[in-house]
Amino acid sequence: MTVFLLRRLLQAAGVVLAMSLLVFLGVYAIGDPVEILISPEADQQERERAVRALGLDLPIWRQYLVFLGNALQGDLGRSFVFNEPALRLILDRMPATLELAIGATVAALVIGLPLGLYAGLRPNAPLAKGIMAGSILGFSLPTFWVGLMLIMVFAVQLGWLPSTGRGETVTVLGMRWSFLTGDGIAHMIMPAINLSLFKISLVIRLTRAGVREAMLMDYVKFARAKGLSPARITLVHVFKNILIPVVTVVGLEFGGTIAFSVVTESVFAWPGMGKLIIDSINVLDRPVMVAYLMVIVLMFVTINLVVDITYSLLDPRVRLEGKA
Amino acid sequence: MSSTTAGPAAAPRVETPFARFVSEFAASRLALGGLLVFAVIAAVAVLAPWIAPQDPYDLAQLDIMDGRLEPGAVGATGILHWLGTDDQGRDMLAAIMYGLRTSLLVGAGSAIIACAVGASLGMLAAYAGGRTDSAIMRVVDLQLSFPAILAALMILAFLGKGVLNVVIAIVVVEWAYYARTVRGTALVERRREYIEAAQCLALPTHRIIFRHLLPNCLPPLIVVGTMQIARAIALEATLSFLGLGVPITEPSLGLLISNGYEYMLSGKYWISFYPGVALLVTIVAINLVGDQLRDVLNPRLKR
Repeated sequence: MTVFLLRRLLQAAGVVLAMSLLVFLGVYAIGDPVEILISPEADQQERERAVRALGLDLPIWRQYLVFLGNALQGDLGRSFVFNEPALRLILDRMPATLELAIGATVAALVIGLPLGLYAGLRPNAPLAKGIMAGSILGFSLPTFWVGLMLIMVFAVQLGWLPSTGRGETVTVLGMRWSFLTGDGIAHMIMPAINLSLFKISLVIRLTRAGVREAMLMDYVKFARAKGLSPARITLVHVFKNILIPVVTVVGLEFGGTIAFSVVTESVFAWPGMGKLIIDSINVLDRPVMVAYLMVIVLMFVTINLVVDITYSLLDPRVRLEGKA
Repeated sequence: MSSTTAGPAAAPRVETPFARFVSEFAASRLALGGLLVFAVIAAVAVLAPWIAPQDPYDLAQLDIMDGRLEPGAVGATGILHWLGTDDQGRDMLAAIMYGLRTSLLVGAGSAIIACAVGASLGMLAAYAGGRTDSAIMRVVDLQLSFPAILAALMILAFLGKGVLNVVIAIVVVEWAYYARTVRGTALVERRREYIEAAQCLALPTHRIIFRHLLPNCLPPLIVVGTMQIARAIALEATLSFLGLGVPITEPSLGLLISNGYEYMLSGKYWISFYPGVALLVTIVAINLVGDQLRDVLNPRLKR
């Protein structure tokens, strides 16, 4: 087990290293590094001083090592716009994004599981066919378009829900959260649903497929023969078995949800990291871009690592495969 | 005897494979409708300069006094604005027709390039096997584990805006789907006898791959390709909506929607609503066609 853990950790570190090289090359090799790293307003003298101070007169591999060394100490440069460490800016906005992503995940399960269950139990009912058609739309419609429609209907026409911002927040553990106030939750409903559309569709399809498969299994026949009520068979026996793959996929999708929150945050002016990165790209605030990419890469690698380790704990075959 | 050896001497068939394909495709009214809608959309996009009520990017034809007119209003220039006008006094119907041009061009163009790149690499991986195969597939896996929007953002962050850069970003994001699809089919096909025969004739590798292997890998490629065109159009619209896509001089549907977004909160819904409808109809139509193609071309579903 220790060997497996070590090997997996090393692999993860390798991926992060490779991505840091990619991001570094993207910023330094494709664009003009001086233009990227020094604010456009700087004059010639400031430029030269900055070039030396930033070590841009060193060979490229030395520069990469310096970048890596700073990154390891949590220094990913300072934002041109906010004149604050880029990493701190990102971490400041992370709670907003995390809470939106978690809200979307919960919404996907709460909405997707019952619909998928119904579609799986009554595959030929008209409503089930409607649900499946809807799930195709959920996969293929652009998120931002659905977000706009939500705003148009529920904020502009009906005036039920606020369309922009986070609303009232409370500070817990030094971070600001919206989900603890009524106003904050009202602000969160539309963005969370919008972000969860893709996942709702995914959960519906997985649940439906799982239910249809499980209904033919021997344990369901046995439960029926025992005279258990259909409700108990579905809700206890079948549900428990289909929950494993659904939760796995939804967990794996969490990183994707955080990435896609870029779109939702822009539509609903939700002040998270996604909104920050779009604003930064638009004003060419490159240190923030680099910091965001590195944070996201780290997040992805961590999620994959946790999933892999959990799997190897649950399923010894995964561990043994690594040894062979 | 395998069907590939059946020559012209075989009994004349009443039904050619293509005719069978057409009739199977037409079995679904929904798919036929999708195809029809898509054909109309494509025609409108191609013919936009001739059928649009005005050239929305010729400033001489615009009157700022016509700005934000409601759908159905008649402007100062005497044009009936069926779908209203935007803040510049641009007819929305004309803007949508021109926007479709950019959207379809970028979507289809990048899907075709991605298909060419992905299919070539996928077939190379399947045909060469061994280390080449695992190297290519390692990159494919890495690519697919990364959300599309993030990879596209990263590329546009480095390269900047512009039509060409959007195409590059979409190609980088999408080629892996084609590569994986083609490799799967090609792995099966390359063990077939006709490939062995071609190898015995000592044909050059590129000829075997492109003249013999490729045509037999086409059906799944067509299915994936159709779906990916819709995805590419949606991705382009998303990037343009975020302000990272096409420039303001060649607005796509996504950019039109983005331009109208600020007016929506004040109830002037039409500036972004109608381009949104056009986008939606395009994507759904392509998906309907793709869905039916998958059912028709998938041998596993054949009885």
